[in-house]
Amino acid sequence: MKRAGVVALNTFREAVRDRVLYNLLFFALVMMAASIIAGQISIGIEQTVIVTLGLSAISLIGLLISVFIGVGLVSKEMDKRTLYAVLAKPVRRWEFLLGKFGGLVLTLAVNVTAMAVGLFLALLYVKPALERGDATVLIAVYFIWLKLALVVALALLFSCFTTPLLAILFTAGIYIVGLYVQELRNMPIEVMSRGMTLFTKWLSYLLPNFENFNIMAMAAHSRQVSGALIVQNTLYAAIYSAIVLTAAVVVFSRRNLK
Amino acid sequence: MTPPAIETENLTKEYPHGFLNLKKRKSLEGLNMQVEAGEIFGFIGPNGAGKTTAIKLLMRLIFPTAGTARILGKPIRDIDLHRDVGYLPEQPYFYDYLTAAELLDYFARIHDLPAAERRQRVAAMLKKVGLETAGKIQLRKYSKGMLQRAGVAQAILHDPKVVILDEPMSGLDPIGRREVRDIILELKQEGRTVMFSTHILSDAEMLCDRVGVIVGGKLRGIGAPEQLLGVKAKATEILFELTGESSAPLLANATRTGDRYRLQVPEAELYDAIDQLRSAGAKILSVAQVRATLEEFFMHLVEADRAQAAAVEVSGK
Amino acid sequence: MKTAKTIVLVAVMLLAGFMGVWKLQHALDKQRAALSEDRDEVLLSSPKLMKAVSLEYAPLMADFYWTRVVQFYGNKHVRGDANLEQLWPLLDITTTLDSNLIVAYRFGAIFLSQRAPGGAGRPDLAVRLIERGIKANPDCWRLYEDLGFIYYMDLKDYKKASEAFLEGSKNPKALIWMKVMAAKIAAEGESYETSFFLWNDVYRNTSDPQIKENAKAHLQLLRAREDSRQLDLLGGEYEKRFGHRPRRVSELVDAGMLQAIAVDPLGYPYTFDENGNAALNPKSPLLEKQKFFERFK
Repeated sequence: MKRAGVVALNTFREAVRDRVLYNLLFFALVMMAASIIAGQISIGIEQTVIVTLGLSAISLIGLLISVFIGVGLVSKEMDKRTLYAVLAKPVRRWEFLLGKFGGLVLTLAVNVTAMAVGLFLALLYVKPALERGDATVLIAVYFIWLKLALVVALALLFSCFTTPLLAILFTAGIYIVGLYVQELRNMPIEVMSRGMTLFTKWLSYLLPNFENFNIMAMAAHSRQVSGALIVQNTLYAAIYSAIVLTAAVVVFSRRNLK
Repeated sequence: MTPPAIETENLTKEYPHGFLNLKKRKSLEGLNMQVEAGEIFGFIGPNGAGKTTAIKLLMRLIFPTAGTARILGKPIRDIDLHRDVGYLPEQPYFYDYLTAAELLDYFARIHDLPAAERRQRVAAMLKKVGLETAGKIQLRKYSKGMLQRAGVAQAILHDPKVVILDEPMSGLDPIGRREVRDIILELKQEGRTVMFSTHILSDAEMLCDRVGVIVGGKLRGIGAPEQLLGVKAKATEILFELTGESSAPLLANATRTGDRYRLQVPEAELYDAIDQLRSAGAKILSVAQVRATLEEFFMHLVEADRAQAAAVEVSGK
Repeated sequence: MKTAKTIVLVAVMLLAGFMGVWKLQHALDKQRAALSEDRDEVLLSSPKLMKAVSLEYAPLMADFYWTRVVQFYGNKHVRGDANLEQLWPLLDITTTLDSNLIVAYRFGAIFLSQRAPGGAGRPDLAVRLIERGIKANPDCWRLYEDLGFIYYMDLKDYKKASEAFLEGSKNPKALIWMKVMAAKIAAEGESYETSFFLWNDVYRNTSDPQIKENAKAHLQLLRAREDSRQLDLLGGEYEKRFGHRPRRVSELVDAGMLQAIAVDPLGYPYTFDENGNAALNPKSPLLEKQKFFERFK
């Protein structure tokens, strides 16, 4: 397990030294500035606009990182053969995979926190003082991070058995599907047979539901969020990620490296 | 009697290929070999013969279709045995955003070496491979030779009993090759077992206690280099100088460079040839025995293989 | 290489994992439903901003908003606690993003102007919406029908209603009844036939399921109201004859004034309340709907 930690820290170091990350951060800062300006256009709802735009930006950038770098975690190592020297050491394949996952999730945590700080600074700019309800924004950011962790797990899984391009498409695809999974439950029942209805209902529960993590509206209106929701979402992300990572480990452990 | 450092038993690797992956290509077939403790073993063969496949199988980077292998008596399934094995991959590439020192430190951590020992080992390794001064430069700036040396460093960092190197000399200039050769000899002196693969036969001849020749996925011969080649000398070669033209019939078979000629004659006809050349006015420079080299042994096998493959195709089997 | 034991272990773990996910999702749904009063778009306050931000995707965004309108209305309507303040902003944005999205105008015409809880109770906004629609789509005569509909049904401004139908009838594609309607409303104001015709027209010509449901309910209630009116008339007759209002419809039948027990459109017999006025059967589902629409009191 300790070896997984070593791999994780190295992954983190790689991400930090990878100049791409800095560019994205810069982009985030630009977004924040833009949101302040946008707030000026619509009087009376500056806070709403800043929170919504800010959270959207954090989510979008986080997703880009999660998908592209997440897929690269393993496929880059396989392409460049840096993997060979590492696996020749007494490190198990699952430790390696877990380490990679942990490293990127850690990187995302740092990144997301930095952007959240920017968001709060923008908020302070338009609001003289922060109120209790603004904590919801922090929780919204935390939920985004949970969502990103799950996306990384998915990216890892796909990159273990397909080409990088396909892995990116699959991951993005599942993410989009996961946004609308909820709607499957509200689908008109008259149109489908009983079997289909049951099937879609099952699907709507088993596919990853990313809408769970979206509390943008509540954060925008400074509404409080229950502790139960926080616990449940954390558990959901943890368990689902565990499922996906287990599958990834199984696939990766049998893979012949080219 | 110490067990062999490395042994394989019927190690086989098949890859699916062709339309719908229905056909199977055997990149390694029934490899039975043993590498004795403390020796330098050369694994030689042309490109695509299966050397890298065998090594990757040993290092558990790919999985065998059949057969087993053991390193230091333990089955290769046991990843913990990697503590005692060092590996240098073919055309190594390491995380280029790290410096050599950081790379070695990273690997040292994976090996679970305690902090003080880590520092000491990393410094010692860098010194050993001559990268002391380059230790703080990022690997992306390294030349091929430097990368190879860094690769050797990470292979022996943890004081392994067995060192496996895949084409350690490839892409190096003569100085680089000499350095790696020296390191390999040093490793043997330190009591380690070294196995390396190469297609450069002169290196193998120079360094190895024993060699294994692998062509077309099969092991064709294993033993000391001299054993494989036979001590029998085939012919002698005469090096002589002759100015001006001459119509001596012997000259027709000689290779000429300016005024110098090389001529191979069977041992029996040696003195006869020398007399003829003397009367032609040539100045004899040297007379040497031509031994069969690994190269010819090799080429012979490859030719035989190709002929067989062609025969198979023709016969339609 | 994985042994059989490991395979079983992994399979069990995955199964347990998915079960956990299932349970959690249910719990999450409950939590979120409790919170979800304002789950809807936050940028409702600025249609212009939305339009600016959407660039060339404005019509696409309109479609998303339109989907939200439909869902939103559907969910709240079903739950019965329509907080319909959001309906106008949603429709406002949708039509700003795509001024040619006819269905949005038509939807708004009905549900904005209807009284709560069935609608937002803002016929004035409905008029505004339709007028915007007419401006952007002058060739769509159906929008005039909707305009006339609002004036007739909710604003009870028969003059304006008649004008709207007249204006719409000028379009060569308009169906002839538009002209007839204009005349009839100008002459009579509100009447059962007019109302029935208009609702029927909506019912037949829409493909939107919610509008259809709504129109059907209105038709049934109209029918019930007309029947009640007729029964009341008969009740008055009965009183003249027997000195008191009837207590049961069967009494009317016994008196020979009705051929059979009158039933409402869902098949439940009408009754008389304690004041002797005709009323819906307490068991009839129409009663619920009547209370819901509230406009027939």
